[in-house]
Amino acid sequence: MAAPFDADQQARFDAGIAKLLSQFPNDRKQAAMMGAVRLVQELVGWVPPEGMEQVAQKLEVPVSKVLEVATFYVMFFTKKPGKYVIDVCTNISCSLCGAEKLLEGLERKLDVHAGETTADGKFTLREAECLGSCHTAPCLQINEDHHENLSLKQAEELLAKLA
Amino acid sequence: MAATELITRNWKKKDPSLKAYEAAGGYQQLRKVLKMQPADVTAEVKKSNLRGRGGAGFPTGMKWSFVPANNPKPRYLCVNADESEPGTFKDRYIMEWDPHSMLEGCAIACYALNAHACYIYTRGEYKFPAEVMDKAIAEAYAAGIFGKSVLGSGFQMDCYQVRGAGAYICGEETGLLESLEGKKGWPRLKPPFPAVSGLFGCPTVVNNVETLASLPFIFEMGAEKYAALGTPKSGGTRLIALSGHVNKPGVFECEMKTTLRELIYDLGGGITGGRKLKAVIPGGSSAPVLPASNIDIAMEFEALKDAGTMAGSGAVIAMDDSTCMVRALWRITRFYAEESCGQCTPCREGTPWMTRLLRKIEEGRGQPEDINMLLSVASSIAPFPPMGLGQTICALGDAAALPVHSFLQFFRAEFEEHIRLGRCPFEKPWGSLGEGRFQ
Ligand SMILES: Cc1cc2nc3c(=O)[nH]c(=O)nc-3n(C[C@H](O)[C@H](O)[C@H](O)COP(=O)(O)O)c2cc1C
Ligand code: SF4
Ligand code: FES
Repeated sequence: MAAPFDADQQARFDAGIAKLLSQFPNDRKQAAMMGAVRLVQELVGWVPPEGMEQVAQKLEVPVSKVLEVATFYVMFFTKKPGKYVIDVCTNISCSLCGAEKLLEGLERKLDVHAGETTADGKFTLREAECLGSCHTAPCLQINEDHHENLSLKQAEELLAKLA
Repeated sequence: MAATELITRNWKKKDPSLKAYEAAGGYQQLRKVLKMQPADVTAEVKKSNLRGRGGAGFPTGMKWSFVPANNPKPRYLCVNADESEPGTFKDRYIMEWDPHSMLEGCAIACYALNAHACYIYTRGEYKFPAEVMDKAIAEAYAAGIFGKSVLGSGFQMDCYQVRGAGAYICGEETGLLESLEGKKGWPRLKPPFPAVSGLFGCPTVVNNVETLASLPFIFEMGAEKYAALGTPKSGGTRLIALSGHVNKPGVFECEMKTTLRELIYDLGGGITGGRKLKAVIPGGSSAPVLPASNIDIAMEFEALKDAGTMAGSGAVIAMDDSTCMVRALWRITRFYAEESCGQCTPCREGTPWMTRLLRKIEEGRGQPEDINMLLSVASSIAPFPPMGLGQTICALGDAAALPVHSFLQFFRAEFEEHIRLGRCPFEKPWGSLGEGRFQ
């Protein structure tokens, strides 16, 4: 199977895994899984099958275990997402303060439904569950960076700034 | 009402560094504790009447004492920093503004438990809090607080942060342990309880961030004084996260006797737009809702339990009179449907079913029999009033069923009106109902 990483990425991956493994008992390599999958995603933007193979080898587990984890958690992408992933919280406190309207506005603006990626591959728009910022509703995250107290206009301005 | 400042004491400085924490007297309590016998440390925590701040409100000292003394395996402390209950955002501030108070608590707990490793499981979305914590942990290692000899005492402990990746169920303590072991976060059947067989099959204590951050204060002021701040069964102060239709939402440190009314009208500045309060959820989205007529009630474990609800994660969500209760319940129920791990049939099948029924009613397609159907599905996940766990492996099932029961208990007329009119009677719909998995 093709290598998912170039030489530099491979070096960072190897070092990262070694550090993760040092945090757990020697006979519990699988415990490094969350960090390992996150590392793959940080390096290549998502978790491709080749990346899962690498993790499986390092942690000495079957690839199926890696796949199970990669597909269980919403922050891991087993399909390549858009360059910017926009997670809009529509949970209860945010909805009370207009989050669903914000999401609707962004759906119109980007011409996608929540869960979809724009045709140019730039934005993936998603509905997120409570982001722990309920008092600064509505809020959203762009590739894990948090933005709060947003009007639709402010959210659109944020997106406009992204290359 | 505005309580003694304990947990929030250092927040004003907005300086999470070790230097600032030490300047404010930080790590002095750990020094004190390291000279005590571990059993005495646990005894002191018991005396303080500290109850867990993560949701269930279990007495912390008692939980620690369940770790068997004669088990030769290593012990672990796991910090529940998964904070994913909708409405809850208090732990995040401890991590961002005063991370060392929690780390001092972790070291105190590890010493009491004779645990040599502490894993902080931080929810994946908390990028910034996780960065602050990483820095704080590194500072603590550099200062000899963690490592081979904690503050020169000869006691060894390591502390690591592990980040989740977006799954509410990993806040449930056994789901958290599964995730820490590198698996999907499927909760485990209990017993055995984690205190006996937890992380890697070893004795483990799982504590919430705020629970641990409260520990230094118990040793600073003495357990009796700490206990006296609270009620006979629940010591200390607690953080309340206030959100929804209030003028000044935020995190407030409250005394146990602070009432919901005081929180909403005094600390929270009242309802936005001068509107009327309609309902309050007092303990995170899973806590049964209270009508506005019932807010002269202390936000404390026992009083809220007596009122048929729960203190839960300390998240108060206020809803004004423009709120459609069908819509609000749909929103809450859909969350549990999305987040059910799928192991137990009542939870896996019941939560989407309730979500679909609620959407149908909100969209004006409801039939009179749908209300009883809703109640019957909710009861098959968890009966009301709560009879204790049993129907499902973990309490997510209860968390999904309780709001359904309570919304219908207090606001049934509104559900009936939707069905009678064949539409939502509220003028300002929130927006589209979205395209989630559960239509
Ligand atoms: C579905 C579910 C989600 C939970 N989420 C959290 C959470 O995000 N944070 C937390 O501290 N406790 C959470 N809990 C409670 C934990 O299972 C556990 O009781 C708590 O971490 C114990 O710590 P404490 O005794 O210090 O409160 C959750 C429980 C359930 C059933
Ligand atoms: S109650 Fe729901 S979330 Fe909990 S174990 Fe069962 S299916 Fe999973
Ligand atoms: S409900 Fe949106 S951040 Fe909590």
